[in-house]
Amino acid sequence: MLEQQFVNALSLGCIYALFALGFTLVFGVLGIINLGHGAVFMVGAYAALMTVIHLNLPLWVAIIAAMIAAGLAGAAIDALVLKPLRKRGAPHLIPMIATIGTAIILNNGAQAVFGAGTLRFPFGTVPEEALQIAGVKVTALDLGIIVLSFAMMAALLLVMRRTQFGRALRAIAESPKAARLLGINVERLFFVTSLAAAALGGLAGVLISLNSNAIFPLMGQDILLKGIAVIILGGMGDIRGAMLGGLFLGFAEVLSVAYIGSDMRDAVAFGLLFLILLLRPQGLFGKVVQRKA
Amino acid sequence: MTAMLEVCGLTVNYGRIQAVRGIDFTLETGQISALVGANGAGKSTTLLALSGLLPKAGGQVRFEGEDITRLAPHQIVARGIVQVPEGRAILTTLTVLENLELGAYRHGLKAADDELDAVLHLFPPLKERLHGLAGNLSGGEQQMLAIGRALMAKPRLLLLDEPSMGLAPLVVQEIFRALRAINRGGLTLLLVEQNVCQALKLAQHGYVLENGLMALSGPGRELLGHPRMLEAYLGG
Ligand SMILES: Nc1ncnc2c1ncn2[C@@H]1O[C@H](COP(=O)(O)OP(=O)(O)OP(=O)(O)O)[C@@H](O)[C@H]1O
Ligand SMILES: [Mg+2]
Repeated sequence: MLEQQFVNALSLGCIYALFALGFTLVFGVLGIINLGHGAVFMVGAYAALMTVIHLNLPLWVAIIAAMIAAGLAGAAIDALVLKPLRKRGAPHLIPMIATIGTAIILNNGAQAVFGAGTLRFPFGTVPEEALQIAGVKVTALDLGIIVLSFAMMAALLLVMRRTQFGRALRAIAESPKAARLLGINVERLFFVTSLAAAALGGLAGVLISLNSNAIFPLMGQDILLKGIAVIILGGMGDIRGAMLGGLFLGFAEVLSVAYIGSDMRDAVAFGLLFLILLLRPQGLFGKVVQRKA
Repeated sequence: MTAMLEVCGLTVNYGRIQAVRGIDFTLETGQISALVGANGAGKSTTLLALSGLLPKAGGQVRFEGEDITRLAPHQIVARGIVQVPEGRAILTTLTVLENLELGAYRHGLKAADDELDAVLHLFPPLKERLHGLAGNLSGGEQQMLAIGRALMAKPRLLLLDEPSMGLAPLVVQEIFRALRAINRGGLTLLLVEQNVCQALKLAQHGYVLENGLMALSGPGRELLGHPRMLEAYLGG
């Protein structure tokens, strides 16, 4: 029983972590809280569904399609909304408000095209097999979610630590001015970051819609709040923090449903989170560093 | 002698404040030039505009014959104009080595092996701190890192904004010795300094900025003896 919960918690936590990664990446590099991140998550889920239903393509293609569609949405938001605001030197709250606007547009758009109701993947899309690993039943879906998520996280950590691209992103996170003086095309990396973060969000979107088999226009709004909580817990802008924070939230939710009751799920999860932040207000990995001009 | 950088009528504004008001100057290839002046004269503003971080309200900048007035910062670095800014702009959350590696951002790490050796030879203290966080370096070491990082970009013209700021006299000597060595290696330097006397001793040519206008210019040694300089900057 406990082992079973462990697997459920791990796969849910992985999805939260993926979602939070994109969120924290945008915060770290662009310096804004992107409240449109939930909407690109939703775009990913619908893109995957359309790929399966209308193009009759296998699930792995649908997952790639989700990342592409969400990435394009993120790129468009950057080019059409965030970039013009950067050009005018708008203070931080302005792009945040603008991303609320983009979320509303995308949510309403989805509602207009697909209706407000809940859609599901056709029967058979999600592999039904289950494996026995050390006496625990692990569904192919859970296993896929966990492996894919950890692969993504490892790849991202590696890129951030070991490549010039990753170092450049960290340089921008600390000081866009210093990055510019080093010859880094900061504007282009802002764009690439928006795109990559949205693609991660889209991946999380398709994975959660497979996990819960439910797709609806406002599905991004719930997870948006959780995403904010996770990146605050992890330390704003910190990648490892987003991963651990996401996993933590997954475990807190699943275990509170199992042992306290499903009504109390969010209350327990957010209560725990609040307790941790009382002890460590800067978050798990947060440093008290002020961003420079 | 050939001019590497020609600045003509450069004007830079902050909103309605005119910080730099139509200045002209020329940097000769292979020379050290100094740009000096009191606090708020417009020295940093001039350098930031040259690097493309501040928009130019007027004037023209030519680098080796090419008009670079409207280029973006990364394009200017790509031409070989690299700046060590006021306050050094060290990336404190990255290691010393990562800072140096980012210096070579434009042409990649593999192409900068020789530069890395040269920088560590020029600034031995950095060698022992390579894998530590740059934020833990002393002020002098940070300045060495800032200059070393700029050298990793294989610059053709190095702009330095007050490299001696906040450093003990012995460390300043060390930094100036390094700058002289870099210049002997063929690199053209523009040195902005409050340390007027030392800067003009080091530089072949000096410019004096006052309230955003070019007040004086001439060979470094000559300016050192100029009555107006003695009165205003060199303490009589
Ligand atoms: N961001 C800014 N906004 C408005 N005015 C500014 C800004 N930065 C500088 N100034 C003004 O522009 C003028 C030139 O400043 P600048 O920093 O170029 O001087 P400086 O010669 O480098 O001085 P210092 O020796 O103190 O570094 C000053 O009057 C300063 O107050
Ligand atoms: Mg200055």
